[in-house]
Amino acid sequence: MTRSSSVSRAPELTDPGPGRGVGGGAAAAASTGRRAPAVAELVELARKGEPRAVARLISLVENASPLLREVTAALTPYAGGAEVLGITGAPGVGKSTSTSALVGALRTQGKRVGVLAVDPSSPFTGGALLGDRVRMQEHFTDRDVYIRSMASRGHLGGLAWATPQAVRVLDAAGCDVVLVETVGVGQSEVDVAGAADTTIVLLAPGMGDAIQVAKAGILEIGDVYVINKADRDGADQLARDVRGMLGLAGREPGDWRPRIVKTIADRGEGVDEVLQAVEEHRTWMAGSGELDRRRQARARGEIEAIALTVLRQRFDDLHGNARLDALAGQVLAGEQDPYAAADQLLAAL
Amino acid sequence: MPGTAPLRVVVAKPGLDGHDRGAKVVARALRDAGMEVVYTGLHQTPEQVVETAIQEDADAIGLSILSGAHMTLFRRVVELLAERDASDITVFGGGIIPAADIPLLAQLGVAKVFTPGATMQEIVEWVRANVGESSAA
Repeated sequence: MTRSSSVSRAPELTDPGPGRGVGGGAAAAASTGRRAPAVAELVELARKGEPRAVARLISLVENASPLLREVTAALTPYAGGAEVLGITGAPGVGKSTSTSALVGALRTQGKRVGVLAVDPSSPFTGGALLGDRVRMQEHFTDRDVYIRSMASRGHLGGLAWATPQAVRVLDAAGCDVVLVETVGVGQSEVDVAGAADTTIVLLAPGMGDAIQVAKAGILEIGDVYVINKADRDGADQLARDVRGMLGLAGREPGDWRPRIVKTIADRGEGVDEVLQAVEEHRTWMAGSGELDRRRQARARGEIEAIALTVLRQRFDDLHGNARLDALAGQVLAGEQDPYAAADQLLAAL
Repeated sequence: MPGTAPLRVVVAKPGLDGHDRGAKVVARALRDAGMEVVYTGLHQTPEQVVETAIQEDADAIGLSILSGAHMTLFRRVVELLAERDASDITVFGGGIIPAADIPLLAQLGVAKVFTPGATMQEIVEWVRANVGESSAA
């Protein structure tokens, strides 16, 4: 089973010119204003588990700082050790409550845990009310738990643009497990499957019938399906519908068979079984080579996204709106066709 | 990009009173002003508030206190920020706070106290002018 990696644009990165690519490098360090960070020092402190350093590194990647390139270079040697779990589902199914319960269960195993909880930004003001922490209060002062709320900042797909980079920060900072909680999703926000090793899709009874369950999108990306609020009417029917939907998918012998687990997250019921299913998935991925394939796909996707972002900016710089307007005028006047006009734009790259 | 990142503000309800309408209205107003507001819910200890602000890399903490325990709670939050080398995080607040206490809170390092009657516009404008790297502070 392969996954398509999502390619997204970085917000407002400036192209520093040929030969330099994304991120300005050390020369920009002196001009970052507040807290003027030295990247090497921040990374050193973050690796010792200093939460302020971790927080600032995440801000640097989230804000597409001129230091982004330097930060990424400094973190990469230390990343790759964390297990990344994605948690997704519709608004109100219990993602934050389940995330908090999973954090608790992972802590009893002695694991250091990072949480990235994404909530939507307003498309009108850019502001955001980040409320996922309300369900996670019991972990606030646990020094082995780091929680960061992220606003989606206009990025579609269920995560923020910088979420995968924030995962890298927490990974390098020594988290054993990073939980990535998406915004409340509809049917097609599937970025999380590209960012996580194992994807948990959360469902709750009362959200629709068997036809909803059979639709494409988030219901295809789960490695583990969790029926939360299992004490409510319809939970058994929903579990049957999901099982039926998964049964129709063509699977080869040796393929992963997604697990279905029922939970009541606010009471912690079923949470250990979810972790058990995640562990089984991880064992299967390690044995089948799927983990390497997923991580390879993720790295490819990231390289591609960075390159395309730079290309797009170079393109914008080269041609601006005036050039494009002139070509549009020629096409409208019937002087040339749109393909020929596009060739002219590309020729100058 | 530096300077254009949204301000991040933790809005918290420390202590035992459960009157969170004010905190929620202010959180909403700051959101509508384009800020990223981390709302943490009721009954927070100062330790929880400060840990949240650090992990969230907040520019400011806004505390809503209607219990009468404002002197204790504000002082503890300011102290804990200092202990964590995080005094650059601006602390402001509001609630039922007697006028006589406001200068004392200012001495502790509380940047601003809003009392009943403050408009949302007033609060938003104050945060914009006094929080983050674009502020004059």
